[in-house]
Amino acid sequence: MSSAEDTNNWVGKSLPRKEENRLLRGRGKFADDIKLRAMLYLRFVRSPYAHARIVSLDTSAAEVLPGVACVLTGAEIAKTTQPFIEIGPDPFAKIKDYPLAVSKVRYQGEPVAAVVAESPAEADDAAELVQSEYEALDPVVDAEKALEDKSLLHEDVGTNRVWNGVFEYGDVEGAFKEAAYVVNIDRLHFHRFSSTPLENNVVIAQWNPKDERIYYQCNNSFPSFAIQFLAAHLGVHIDRIRVETSDIGGSFGIKITSYPQMAVCALASKKAGGRPVKWVETRSEHITSSAHGNERTFRDTRVALDKNGVITALVSRHIDDCGAYPRYEPLGCVIWSQVFPGVYRFKNARIDFSQAVTNKCPVGPNRGYSRMQHLWFLERIVDICAHKIGIAADEMRLRNYILPEEFPYTTPNGCVYDSGNYPKMLQVAKSLFGWDDWKIKQAAARKEGRLIGIGIGTTLDSGTNNFGQSQIVNPFLPYSGNSQGANCKLDIYGEVVLAVGSCPQGQGHETTAAQVVADVLNVHPDLITVRTGFDTERNVHTGFSGTYASQFAVSGLSAVHGAAQKLKSEIKRLAAFALNTKEDDLEFGSGAQGPEIRAKSSGKSINYWGLSNLVNANSASLPSDLYEITLNCRYVWRAPFKVPDTKKKYGSLTLTYASQLHVAVVEVERDTFIPRILDYVAVDDCGTVINPSIVEGQVYGATAHGIGAAVMENCVYDAVGNMLTSTFSDYTPITAMNMPKVKYGHIETPSPHSYSGAKGMGEGGAAPIHTISAALQDALFANDIIIEDSFNNADSLFRAMAAKEIRHVVSIEKRI
Amino acid sequence: MPDVIEKVAIKLTVNGKAHSLEVEPRMLLVELIREALDLTGTHVGCDTTYCGACTVLMNGAAVKSCTVFAVQADGAELITVEGLERDGQLHPIQKAFGDAHGLQCGYCTPGLMLATAQLLSQNKQPSEKEIRKAIAGNTCRCTGYQNILKAIQMAAQSIKGA
Repeated sequence: MSSAEDTNNWVGKSLPRKEENRLLRGRGKFADDIKLRAMLYLRFVRSPYAHARIVSLDTSAAEVLPGVACVLTGAEIAKTTQPFIEIGPDPFAKIKDYPLAVSKVRYQGEPVAAVVAESPAEADDAAELVQSEYEALDPVVDAEKALEDKSLLHEDVGTNRVWNGVFEYGDVEGAFKEAAYVVNIDRLHFHRFSSTPLENNVVIAQWNPKDERIYYQCNNSFPSFAIQFLAAHLGVHIDRIRVETSDIGGSFGIKITSYPQMAVCALASKKAGGRPVKWVETRSEHITSSAHGNERTFRDTRVALDKNGVITALVSRHIDDCGAYPRYEPLGCVIWSQVFPGVYRFKNARIDFSQAVTNKCPVGPNRGYSRMQHLWFLERIVDICAHKIGIAADEMRLRNYILPEEFPYTTPNGCVYDSGNYPKMLQVAKSLFGWDDWKIKQAAARKEGRLIGIGIGTTLDSGTNNFGQSQIVNPFLPYSGNSQGANCKLDIYGEVVLAVGSCPQGQGHETTAAQVVADVLNVHPDLITVRTGFDTERNVHTGFSGTYASQFAVSGLSAVHGAAQKLKSEIKRLAAFALNTKEDDLEFGSGAQGPEIRAKSSGKSINYWGLSNLVNANSASLPSDLYEITLNCRYVWRAPFKVPDTKKKYGSLTLTYASQLHVAVVEVERDTFIPRILDYVAVDDCGTVINPSIVEGQVYGATAHGIGAAVMENCVYDAVGNMLTSTFSDYTPITAMNMPKVKYGHIETPSPHSYSGAKGMGEGGAAPIHTISAALQDALFANDIIIEDSFNNADSLFRAMAAKEIRHVVSIEKRI
Repeated sequence: MPDVIEKVAIKLTVNGKAHSLEVEPRMLLVELIREALDLTGTHVGCDTTYCGACTVLMNGAAVKSCTVFAVQADGAELITVEGLERDGQLHPIQKAFGDAHGLQCGYCTPGLMLATAQLLSQNKQPSEKEIRKAIAGNTCRCTGYQNILKAIQMAAQSIKGA
C-alpha cells in the first residue's frame, strides 16, 4: 500500500466492464427507451428532390388531422431563429443553414416540415398529408463539377467552392529537379460511406414555458458543441439548455451533427405548449439525411522519388465534398493535416485543398475523420510508386517510414508525433501472418491464373485535437487548445462518485475511469460509482466535452486522474486532522468498514463515511482552516498546446499518434470478381494500454468498419442526386458472414505526451481500406489495373477488368 | 384512411407472463413489446429485417419483431432478453457475452443473444461457420464479430458442460 503515489494495480488489466450488467440484462437505458408524460411524436416531411425550389408547401390537411398537435415549416422557423453558426469564414459565412429547408432544398431527404402528433402512427399519417410542389433545379452531385459553379447550391455565397487553402512546406521544386523518378497520378477518389451506428438518432426535447428552459434527452455524441450551436440558433442563454445522454448505441462521430434535429424538436415542443417531443429516426432517414463521411478526390498528383524509391516530394490538388451544408466543416479542411506526411519521412510537399458543396447529404466526422482520406491517398501513392519502380511493398515502406529513433518527430507542418515504431509493427505483423509462406502460396496461385494480392496498410490515429487548428480554416474562430473536465467526490455517506464530461457509446469509459481512480485511492474499482453518460447539469463539462477524436485515454482519463488526485489530497489533509497525525504518516486502503485512511504510527483509521461526515453533516468540530475542503473535486485537464501559425499553417495539431499496421491477402475471384479476404492481421500501438480487452475490441471494431467500407459499404447517388442505398439491404453493413478472422497483435511505445503513456485510440485510421486497396493493387497490377478508388466491390472490379481500353491514370518519368 | 381503426384483441405470453391486449392491426410486434409492455431491451436498428436488433424468440424460433405484426403473435409464447436470466442469475449466453467482451455499446446484444439461444437449442456444438451463418442476420457495428464468435463458442461449451 502506498500513499505517496498511484498504486497502479488496476490500470493495465482487462477488468470486466461495469457497463455489462445492465446491457446484458436488457436494462440499458437508450434514448428511445425514455417515455415521458404527455409526450408527443415528431415526423419529418422530406424532400424527394436533390435540388429544387419549394413552390408550395400545404400543411393544412395535416394540421386538422385528429391527434396532430402542430406542424412546423422552414419558413416559420426562419422568422424566429437565426441560421446556424458557420465555422468557415466568408464567403462560407453567408450560407444560411436552417434545420428545415426554407425556400429551396439541397439534398434528397432534406427535411422541409415537421409534424407533431399524439402517437408515432398519427404523426406518420399526418406527414403523408403534407402537400408539396417543387421546381427542380440542376443537381450537382460531383464535387469537381460543383467547382465549375454552373449551378449554385447557396446563391448568396456565389460559389460552390466553400473553402480553399494551400499547404506548402519545404523545397518542392528543388526536390522535383533532383528526383530520379517522378510518378504522376491523374485521379484518385475516396468514396462516401458512413459507419451507421446501429442505434439511429433520437431526440426528446422539452421547452418548458414556466422557466424557459430546454431539456434534451438524446444520443448526441458531442453535446458541448451542440449546445453552442443550439443556443445561438434558438436565441437562448446556453445555461438554459440541458443535454443529457445515457447509453448510446454507437456513434462513430455520426451523431455529432444531430443538432439541427435537436433544434426542430425544441421548437416543436415550444409550439405545442411545452409538451415533450420525441423524434426517433428511421434507418432510411439515417442513411439519407443524418451525416456521411467526407468524400475526397485527389487530382494531378506528382511524386518525386530518389533512386532508392525514397519519396522526396509530393504535389497534389484535393477536393473534399461536404454535401449540401458544411455543419462541422470546414474543420475537415485542416484536420487531415494532423497526419500530413502519414508515417513517412518526406519533407517537401504542396497540397492545394478545396472543399465543395454538392446536392448530397451533409457530411459529419465519421470514424477516422478527414485523416483516413489523406492516409489512404498516401498509402495509394506509396503502393503505386512501389509497383511502378519495382520495389516490394514492404521494402518500399521500410525505406520511407519515419525511423524509431526519430521520435518525437516533427512533421513538415509542425505536428509532433509522440512515439512509434513502424518497422517493428511490420515485423510483428509479418510473423503473425506467415509472410514468407504467403509469398510462396501467392506465387504458386498466380501460376494457376489466380489473382491474389498481399497488401500492407500503415496508418495513424491522431488523438486529442488542438482546436487552435480551427483558426487555420478561419482565423476569427475563438477556439484553441483542448480540455476535459471530471468531478470526483466522496458523497455524504462516503461513496466515491465520479462524473466525466464524455458521452461514451460502447468504449467502456465507466470501467477505465474506475480503474484510474481505483489506483489513485487504492480501492477496488467496484467501489467507485461512475456516472453514466453526459449531463450538462453535472457541471463537469468544458467547451470540448463529448466523445470524439480518439482522446478519452488522454483528455478524459487525465481529467479523471486530476480530479482523483485532488480528492486524494483533500482526503489526506482532512484525515491528518482527524487522526491527529501528519499527511506522510497516512496510507490509503480498505478495512472492515470499507475504504479508509490509516495512520501508520498509531494504527488508528477513519473510513470514507467518517471523513465525509466531518465535511458534510458533522462539521462543528472542523477547524475553519479546513473549511475549503469540500471532498467534491472538479478538475479540468488542459492540453499543452499553442495556437498554430495560421499563415504558414504550421503547429502542433494533435497530442498523440496511435498507429496501426494491417496486412491482408485478398483474392479477386476469376468468375465472380468478388474480392475475398483470405488472411488478415491487425497490429496496433496505442502506447500504454489501460484495459487490453477494451483496446483489442476497439481494434476489431475499427477493422470491421474499414473492411466494410473497402468492399461493401458505399453511399451511392445517381446522376440527379437520388440516394440509391437508403436501407441496410442496399447499404449492406458488414455481417459475420463477410468479416474475416482477424489476427491481432500489438506493441507499446508509451507516449511522452500523456501522464500515463497512453494514446487515444479507437478510430483506427481506416487501416483496412488502405490495406485492401494495396492488396487489390498487388493482385491486379500485372493486369494493368490501378486501384483508383477506395471502394472496390465485385461490380467495380468487374468493370475495371472488363474495360476494353487500359486507363492510363499513372505515368512514370525515369531520370536515371 | 378510415377515421377509426378497429383494434384487435390478442393474447400472448411474454417471458412466462400472460397478456391480453387490444392492438391496432398495423402495430408491429416490436412496438407491442417496447411500447405496450415496456420491455425496452428489444431494440430497433433498421426497420427492414436486416440488422436483427429486434430479434426475440417466438414459440422457440428467433424472429425479427420489426417485421412481424403484433396480431400475428396472437397465442404465441415470446422470450425477450429480459426473460433470459433465471432468479437473478445470468443465462450462460449472457455470461459468455460478458466474459468474452462480446459487446461494446450493447445495442445489438439482446438480439444476438436470442439468435444464439435458437442456434444452441438446435445445435449443441456449432462450428465457427455454423455460428457465423446463425448470426448472419444480426448486425453489430462495434465488435467486428470477433468476440461475439468467441462468446457463442464459450456459451456452447458452458451449456454442454452443465
